Amino acid sequence: MRIARRPLLLTLAALPFGARATPSLEAAMRELIGEAQPEEGGIALRLPATAENGGQVPLTVAVESPMTPAEHVVRIHLLATRNPTPGIASFHLTPALARAEVQTRIRLAEDQQVVALAVLSDGRVRRAAAETRVVTGGCIG
Amino acid sequence: MSALQQPRIRIPRSARPGEAIEIRTLIEHPMESGIRGRSEGAVPRDMLNRLVVRLNGETVFAADLGNGTSANPYHVFHVRMERTGEFEFLWTDERGRSARATARVTVG
Repeated sequence: MRIARRPLLLTLAALPFGARATPSLEAAMRELIGEAQPEEGGIALRLPATAENGGQVPLTVAVESPMTPAEHVVRIHLLATRNPTPGIASFHLTPALARAEVQTRIRLAEDQQVVALAVLSDGRVRRAAAETRVVTGGCIG
Repeated sequence: MSALQQPRIRIPRSARPGEAIEIRTLIEHPMESGIRGRSEGAVPRDMLNRLVVRLNGETVFAADLGNGTSANPYHVFHVRMERTGEFEFLWTDERGRSARATARVTVG
C-alpha cells in the first residue's frame, strides 16, 4: 500500500499552489475559499514529521498578521489530503486575539499532507502544507 | 440524553493591560465520526461540531469541528486583554447538546 501511495504523495507535494489535487480536496477547498487563489508565505503549519498515533497528532498553525481591526486573519481552515473526509476544522478569528495562531490535535488515517488556508480580512488567502508520516492510523478502527 | 463532560480550561486569573494571555481548552468527547468500524457494525456518529469563546458577550474565537479533529478536542489560542472580562466557552454537538464553562480574568 505504501509503495503505491508514494508517487501520489510526491505529486501532491510537488503541485504548484492552485493546482488540482484530489477531487474531494479540491471541492472542499473551493467550498471554503471560493475562487480565491492562495498565496505562498506568511503562514506556518507545524506537524511532527512522524506521528506514532494518528488519532492525536499535535498541530500548530500561525499566520503573520498584526491582528488589528483593519488587518487581521478571519478564518483558518485545516484540510486532510488522505483522510476518508478532508475536513479537519475551521477556526474563526477576530482582532481580539493577540496572535493569528491556533494549536489543536488532529486525526490522520495514514501518511499524508495537511493543508492550512488562512483567509485575511482583505480577502486574500494564504496556504501552507506539511507532510506527516503516520505509524498507527487514527480514523478507521 | 446524557450530558456532555465538563470542559477543562487553563487561563490566568489576572493580566496586565494589553497583555496577551494563553487559553487552553479541553473537553472529553469521543468525536465518533461514524466511519469507524463500518465493516463489523458501525459505531454511531457522535460529534461536537462547534466551540464558541466569548469575552463579555462578544465572540473572540470559534471553531467548526470536522471529522479530522481528534477525540477530546483541544485548542490553544491567545487573547489580548484590555480590561477585566468574563469569558464564556460553549461547545455544542450535532444533536444540540452543549457544555459550558466560564472564567474571569482581572486586568489591572
